[in-house]
Amino acid sequence: MNPVYRKRLWRHRFGIALSVGAMAIGLLVLAWILLTLVIKGASALGPAIFTEMTPAPGSEGGGLLNPIVGSLLLVGAATLISTPIGILAGIYLAEYGEESWLAQVTRFVTDIMLSAPSIVIGLFVYAVYVANVKHFSGWAGTFAISLIAIPVVVRTTDNMLKLVPNSLREAAFSLGAPRWKVAMMVRLRAVKAGVVTGVLLAVARISGETAPLLFTALNNQFFSADMNKPLANLPVVIFQFAMSPYDDWRALAWGGALLITFSVLGLNVLSRTLFSQKVPN
Amino acid sequence: MNANTSSNVAPVTNIEQNFIPQDAAAKAMVSTMRKQRLQDFLFHKITLFFALSVLLVLVGIIISLMIGAWPAFKEFGPAFITTVEWDPVNDQYGALIAIVGTLATSLIALLIAFPVSFGIALFLTEICPSALRKPLGTAVELLAGIPSIIYGMWGLFIFAPLFADYAQPFLNKTLGQLPVVGALFSGPMMGIGILTAGLILAVMIIPFISSVMRDVFEIVPAVLKESAYGLGCTQWEVVRKIVLPYTKNGVVGGIMLGLGRALGETMAVTFVIGNAHQLSWSLFAPGNSIASTLANEFAEAESKLHVSSLFALGLILFVITFIVLSAAKLMLMGLARKEGTKS
Repeated sequence: MNPVYRKRLWRHRFGIALSVGAMAIGLLVLAWILLTLVIKGASALGPAIFTEMTPAPGSEGGGLLNPIVGSLLLVGAATLISTPIGILAGIYLAEYGEESWLAQVTRFVTDIMLSAPSIVIGLFVYAVYVANVKHFSGWAGTFAISLIAIPVVVRTTDNMLKLVPNSLREAAFSLGAPRWKVAMMVRLRAVKAGVVTGVLLAVARISGETAPLLFTALNNQFFSADMNKPLANLPVVIFQFAMSPYDDWRALAWGGALLITFSVLGLNVLSRTLFSQKVPN
Repeated sequence: MNANTSSNVAPVTNIEQNFIPQDAAAKAMVSTMRKQRLQDFLFHKITLFFALSVLLVLVGIIISLMIGAWPAFKEFGPAFITTVEWDPVNDQYGALIAIVGTLATSLIALLIAFPVSFGIALFLTEICPSALRKPLGTAVELLAGIPSIIYGMWGLFIFAPLFADYAQPFLNKTLGQLPVVGALFSGPMMGIGILTAGLILAVMIIPFISSVMRDVFEIVPAVLKESAYGLGCTQWEVVRKIVLPYTKNGVVGGIMLGLGRALGETMAVTFVIGNAHQLSWSLFAPGNSIASTLANEFAEAESKLHVSSLFALGLILFVITFIVLSAAKLMLMGLARKEGTKS
C-alpha cells in the first residue's frame, strides 16, 4: 500500500479507537458508580431505613425516616411552587414574548440560571430569608430549590410550546376563543407530555441538590414536619453521615445514596420515555 | 361579533361602545366579551409578572451578594482577591487560595473532559450502530443525573484510595521526574487533593460537553460530509477537517458550558479536595475551592467579617460563572443562527 495511504489509514484507526475508548470510559464510570452504590448501599437497605429515625452518634441501628420525610416535603413543596410559576413564565415567553427584546433577555438569563452555581442560590436565600427571620427552616430550603427548579420548567415549557403548529391556535381563535383559553387549553394541552417531562426533570434535579440546603434547611436530628424549623433532608444527612467517623452512619449514608440516586435516575428515564412516546419530534 | 360591526367600521376596541344591545342574549354576549377581555388582560400581566420574576431573582442575587460582601471589601479592599491568608482565628481573609483552587480544578477537568467528550460525541454521531445510539446516549446523559454528593462519596471512598495506591506513584515516577512540570506531580500521595477533584469534575461535566457536541455535530449538512467521503477522505479526516471546523463555535460553547458547571460544583469537590487553606505547586496537595470553602464554613461562621468574606467569595464565583456561561450561550446562539430555519 502507498505509504501516504497507510499513514492516513492508521491515523483513522487510531482516532476511531480513541473515540470507542472514550465511550467505554463513560460507560465504565457509570457502571462503576452504580455498582458501588448497590454493593455498599444494599446492606443498609431494609425496612428499618424507612421506619426508624437517624441514630445518635455511635449508636447502632436506626434508619432514615426523618430525612426521607423531610426530603419529600421539601421537594413536594418546591414542585408545587415552581411548576405553576415556571409554566406561566414559559407561556409568556412562547405566547406573548416570542422574539421580543424582553423575551430574549429572559431566555438568556434563564439559561444562565440553569447552570449557575447552586451554592450561590443558597447564599442568596440565606441573605434575604434566613438572616431576616434568624433561623434555618424548611421553607428557606424550599425557596432555594424552587429557584433551581423554575428555570428548568420555564425553558422546557417555552421550547415545547414552540412545537405546537400555529394552525391549531388559529383554529381556536377563529372559533372566538380568548387568548388565555387558547394558550392554556389548546396550546399547553397539546404539549402536556412535554411539560410534564420538564417538571419531572426539575424534580430529578432538585432531589439530589445538597449545596443550597446546607445553610437554608440545615438538618434536624429529630422527626419534624414543621416547615418553619430546620428540616432533616436526605442530601444533607448523607453529607454529614458520610463525613463522620462512625461506621454505622457511613453505612446509612450509602443506603441513602442508593435511594436518592436510583430515584433520580428513575425520574430521568421515566421523563425520557414519557416524552418520546407522546410528542413525536 | 364581526356581524354586529359590519355596518360600522369602528376599530375592534370600540365594539362595546358602538354596539347597542338589542335583547338579553346580546347583552349577555357583551358582558362575556368584557369578561374575556379582562381575563386576557390579567392573564397577560400575570404571565409577564412571572417571566419578569426570573430576571428579578438574578438582580436580587447580585445585589444581595454585594450587600453581604461589602464589609469584607471595605475592610480588605481589592487586595482581598490577591491575599493568600485565610485565617478565621485572627479574622484575616483573602480569596487567592480559593480562587486558584477553583480555577485549577476546573482547568484540569476541562483538559480531561474535552477529549473524552469529543470521543463520545464522535462515537454517538458517526460510529455507533443506530440501534445502540439511543440507549448509549441515554447512559451518558444519566451521568449528568447522578447527584453531585454521590460523586463526592464515590470519589472519596472508592476512587481516592485506588488513585493514591496506583495512579499517584505512577504519575510521580513518570511525569514527576520531568524538569518543569515535575513539581506538579510530586508531594503527598493521599488520594485527595486538587488533581482528584479535577478528575471527578471531569466525569461530571463530560455529559454536558458531549451532549452539546452531539447536537452541533448533527447539524453539519450531509452534503459536506458526503463530498469529503466522495473525495476519498477517511472517517477520521471527515470529522477532523469537515465536522470540527464547521462546528467550531458550538464546540467552544459546549466547553465553556462545561467550565461554567465545573467552577460552581460544590459537593463533589468538597468531598475530595482536602479542604486545606494552603497554596502549593503540587497537584497532589489538598486545597480549597470557592464552593467548598462556602460549604464547609458558612453555617459555622461566627464573626461578621468571616460571613462577609464568604459572601465576597460567593460574589466572585457568581461573577466568574456568569461571564463564562454568557460567553458559552452567545457562542451557541451564533451557531443556532447559522443553522437558520432548521430549528
